[in-house]
Amino acid sequence: MNDSCERAAKAEISFTVNGEAKSIRAYPMERLLDVLRLEFGLTGAKEGCGEGECGSCSILMDGALVNSCLVPVLHAAGTSIATIEGLAVEDQLHALQEAFLQCGGAQCGICTPGMILAASHLLQTKAEPTTEEIREGLSGNLCRCTGYSQILEAVMEASRRRAVA
Amino acid sequence: MNRERIVGESVPRKEGRDKVTGRSKYVDDMVLPNMLFAATVRSQIPHGRIRKISFGADVAWDEFVVVSAKDIPGRNCIALIGDDQPCLAGEFVNHPEEPILLVAHPDRHVLQKAVHAVSIEYDRLPAIFTIEESEGRSEVVWGGDNIFKTYLIEKGNVEAGWQNADYIVEGEYSTGAQEQLYIENNGMIASFDEAQGITVWGSLQCPYYVHKALMALCNLPADKVRVVQMETGGAFGGKEDYPSMIAGHAALLAIKAGRPVKIIYDRLEDMAATTKRHPSRTRHRTAVSREGKILGGEIEFTIDGGAYATLSSVVLSRGAIHAGGPYYWPSVRIRAKAVATNAPPHGAFRGFGAPQSLFAMERHMDRIAQTIGLSPVEIRRRNFLQPGQTTTTEQVVREPIDLGKLLDRALEISDYESKKRAFANQNQTGGSKKGMGIAAFLHGAGFTGSGERYLSSVVGVEGCADGAVRVLVSSTEFGQGTNTVLSQIAAEALHLPYENVSMAPPDTLEVPNSGPTVASRTAMVVGKLVQSAALGIAQTLISSNLLDDGYSADEFREACRQYVAMHGQFRCWSRYDPPSGIFWDDEKYRGEAYAAFAWAVYIAEVTVDLATYSVSVDDFVALQEVGKVLHPVLARGQIIGGVAQGIGFSLYEKVVWQNGRMQNGQMTNYIMPTSSDLPPIRVFFEELGNVYGAYGAKGIGELPMDGPAPAILNAVEDALGVPFNSIPLLPEDIMDGLATSPENNASIFTSGGR
Amino acid sequence: MRSNPSDYEMIAPGSLHAIVSLLAKEPGEWLPLAGGTDLMVQYAAGKLPPRKLISIWNLPELRRIEVTPNVLQIGAGCTYTDVRSHEVVAREFPLLAGAARWTGGIANQNRGTIGGNIVNASPAADSLPALLAYEAELVLVSVRGERKLPYVSFHTGYKQTLLAPDELIQTVCLQRRYSRYFSHARKVGARNAQAISKVCIAGLGRMANGVVEDIRVALGSVAPVPLRLTKTEQVVKGQTVDAALMTLAKKTTMAEIRPIDDIRSTARYRSEVAGNLVVEFLNRLNSQPAERALDYG
Repeated sequence: MNDSCERAAKAEISFTVNGEAKSIRAYPMERLLDVLRLEFGLTGAKEGCGEGECGSCSILMDGALVNSCLVPVLHAAGTSIATIEGLAVEDQLHALQEAFLQCGGAQCGICTPGMILAASHLLQTKAEPTTEEIREGLSGNLCRCTGYSQILEAVMEASRRRAVA
Repeated sequence: MNRERIVGESVPRKEGRDKVTGRSKYVDDMVLPNMLFAATVRSQIPHGRIRKISFGADVAWDEFVVVSAKDIPGRNCIALIGDDQPCLAGEFVNHPEEPILLVAHPDRHVLQKAVHAVSIEYDRLPAIFTIEESEGRSEVVWGGDNIFKTYLIEKGNVEAGWQNADYIVEGEYSTGAQEQLYIENNGMIASFDEAQGITVWGSLQCPYYVHKALMALCNLPADKVRVVQMETGGAFGGKEDYPSMIAGHAALLAIKAGRPVKIIYDRLEDMAATTKRHPSRTRHRTAVSREGKILGGEIEFTIDGGAYATLSSVVLSRGAIHAGGPYYWPSVRIRAKAVATNAPPHGAFRGFGAPQSLFAMERHMDRIAQTIGLSPVEIRRRNFLQPGQTTTTEQVVREPIDLGKLLDRALEISDYESKKRAFANQNQTGGSKKGMGIAAFLHGAGFTGSGERYLSSVVGVEGCADGAVRVLVSSTEFGQGTNTVLSQIAAEALHLPYENVSMAPPDTLEVPNSGPTVASRTAMVVGKLVQSAALGIAQTLISSNLLDDGYSADEFREACRQYVAMHGQFRCWSRYDPPSGIFWDDEKYRGEAYAAFAWAVYIAEVTVDLATYSVSVDDFVALQEVGKVLHPVLARGQIIGGVAQGIGFSLYEKVVWQNGRMQNGQMTNYIMPTSSDLPPIRVFFEELGNVYGAYGAKGIGELPMDGPAPAILNAVEDALGVPFNSIPLLPEDIMDGLATSPENNASIFTSGGR
Repeated sequence: MRSNPSDYEMIAPGSLHAIVSLLAKEPGEWLPLAGGTDLMVQYAAGKLPPRKLISIWNLPELRRIEVTPNVLQIGAGCTYTDVRSHEVVAREFPLLAGAARWTGGIANQNRGTIGGNIVNASPAADSLPALLAYEAELVLVSVRGERKLPYVSFHTGYKQTLLAPDELIQTVCLQRRYSRYFSHARKVGARNAQAISKVCIAGLGRMANGVVEDIRVALGSVAPVPLRLTKTEQVVKGQTVDAALMTLAKKTTMAEIRPIDDIRSTARYRSEVAGNLVVEFLNRLNSQPAERALDYG
């Protein structure tokens, strides 16, 4: 057992975030969520539950959707992290962002960054998902405002737009 | 000139782009220099006297700022209605999680240890936890009799109803607590300096409620308190009054520390300590003729308010007024009371008493139907309010609403009749049973009775030098579309492009008090004030000869520029003016309760799995008359979101209590529906207009909460032939109900595949 | 977040050898952390006492799946996503692929590991009944070498296992002989996704000549450990599936399990529903068309 007088050692941890190389000194058990929000000011990822249920902290780590509230920052070492802030390219919104705006996919907006990233992860693995597949892909992202219908429609719309693009 | 219609179109959400790019700033996204973080030491017992508070040795207390009730400069209360709720417990605690001390430190990671290092010794007192225990008065925990408030609504001759009745139908219905479960937890940042006073930034619905509470708590005048709403991640009523508490805490710390203080709750704390929907119990006793007409009756409506009065009197009011549903009662006696228990005070949650009493009414209609041998369709049809008839509070229905036709339309869309027949057949065999259920209801928009008059809301519209228009309201956005709808209304009224209108920041330094963002009043009541203030802007320019009728956007811009150059700041105000000829008697609780009612018929199709007793909602039709649909996408989103919460209320969201404390305060164990749990929710609107609402709008935010629970439970009874009268209805309850039912369906699942 | 990160040391040596050496050198000092979907929840809730942690996440030695002619070897460090998306798992071990699919949401499936699920030893864990039905074997590894255990013996009590303090699970081995079995699984939770199970069933069976030739039934959340229903299997084996057998099977199941009341459900509900799930499984087994010979080469 670690004596409470003994402090853990901070580690040098490097990874990329939205294509930019980052390096920090942090306790290995800092949550990736807190590092993103507090070290880098990337506040798009939110803490809704702290237990990996609501998905509002979700980001992509080496292309895989993960709940950043459950990732110790040491596990992010050497990985490529993508957050909502990296989705739009300068002023050009991603098809999902456009579709969310058009279809009413965002109401209060707190679940939206995680929801859009989960949808983007889904579209990477399945370019033209069915409604059921969208439901399953987003089942780890809770929304209290929309009842999900307009979110599912937004994802469907985005996949259609990308198909014709 | 051809005018573009903006109202009625699905224009882009004003703050939408920021939301989809992650740029919106919620309170926890904000950091101030030199900021401290804070946590709350809370009562671990439901009722008792604080005997001693000790601070454990293992913490460097000199690094902390600690605040107790003794540090309160003003009154130790959260000023709201009755002002009985302390900001910090003094001598007594009256519910688990009651705040006692506040601790702040620059390093948020050391707070938990500090909170746990505070030990509190109590002289325990007996505690009560249910409506029945409160009524029994084995302990009196509030006032002289545990009763926060009562209302009596009486209409006509109830005794004659009993005498003429062919049937007297009785029933008891109950609803449990429900957690609002906004995905963003409560949070506040406060800062204080002698010159400017207190400023708070936070997640909240009602800036001026917080403002009033801080004035009283901190003993500061109005111009020394400033409240700023940050982007708010869901509220649903859960951030109507609680923010005053957390703002008060942050403010007290900021005053003592001389540094900004941030308090953000985590999910466990938010669920356990903050407000929930009032649990309720409704008893109906109804006199009915053999033709199925309601002759009269008694309704006893009781809600559990928790330990302090807070908003209970208003929730009670709305619940009582809605208790008779959309039906004609020749006579009725409604006795309503709100009682005290040793639970954290219950508060506002979308619907605000109406979902509770309407659940009972709509379950009871099915019971009446069954008792006298009519269908659920027919019993409603025969009792619907008609134009010219009066409600339970003797409000005349003045609009041409045809509820029978609304019902017909809902039945057609949902294919009710043929499905019901098919299910009756299919249910004979197989591993599941299906059913259809109806709920018909109404929801009054705006504050009850004289409420809007007392609020006396003020709205401003500003013409800027560059021709842009700003709307000045304290009405807040928290997903429901305030920014968008009010901008639409202003743009429409001024015949300007939607893009030319923006919202002034929801900052009490900048905007007037347009009333709280509650009671489905924003589009209807505040919107109408926005409309008139905007018209005032145009009128002023025209009567100043700077503009002609039929002006273009460019001409408007030029006129504004000139006006501002000549006169300085250019603002028009509009104050709520109660419509004439509308009366409400606060004593007898009689008269025009609401300026407008929205009307609805919802129909649910369910499957009950006989192996697991789980209920799935397979189809849901939500049809409502709403005056005018100001923004189709937003309106549909509000209905679907509300229905989803209503489905949660019926089938999933159980608060597990033990000695007044919520035991399942995590998202893993408090169950709200995921995307895999909800059917497509089919939404349909009708529009009759509304003379009291902006562009004919009625309030719709809360309406959808009223229908799902009774529709679903009516459908479950249709499927199983066994009634369930309490929500949430879990599979465990269905299993127990079937086991004890006269039909003895205990071994219902022994064979028969799917 | 109720814990202080500075109270927790964590290292990531990066090789299995280095890790087991340290576990042997300092027994009880280092708590292995894989995907964190369980430990990090406890940590955030302030329920993980300050510890030294050793990361076993993403170790190539543990995060691999090897296919041999008779055995599928799933490294304990494989995530649920790794497991469910592997074609042999999907085709030959649908109970396991299915269980991986209904564990949490996609984000948790990308981090939670099968080894973590086993060592965490929650009786409600989704994949454990499937492992019982498939009669999995575990390979445990330490500085002392490897040892093999039948999975069914691994759990000795509530959250107690045969894992020695210096050991890790290295591999989950599944015999590739279930292609001709009918498989059936069902999870009963409070909702359709992201739910901790109230009861769950994983079943394999084979009919021949109108009787049950072979059957394996395992349940989760009905006992302190995931449970293989050996008594129920005994009364069913060799019998025709008729109403009488189903009644007997349900009764035997309900007597064989030891469910409890907890925050999620009641013993009575779990008991009744467990019985119903077994009946439902038998019904489906019995309704399958007569099997045809399948060639998996």
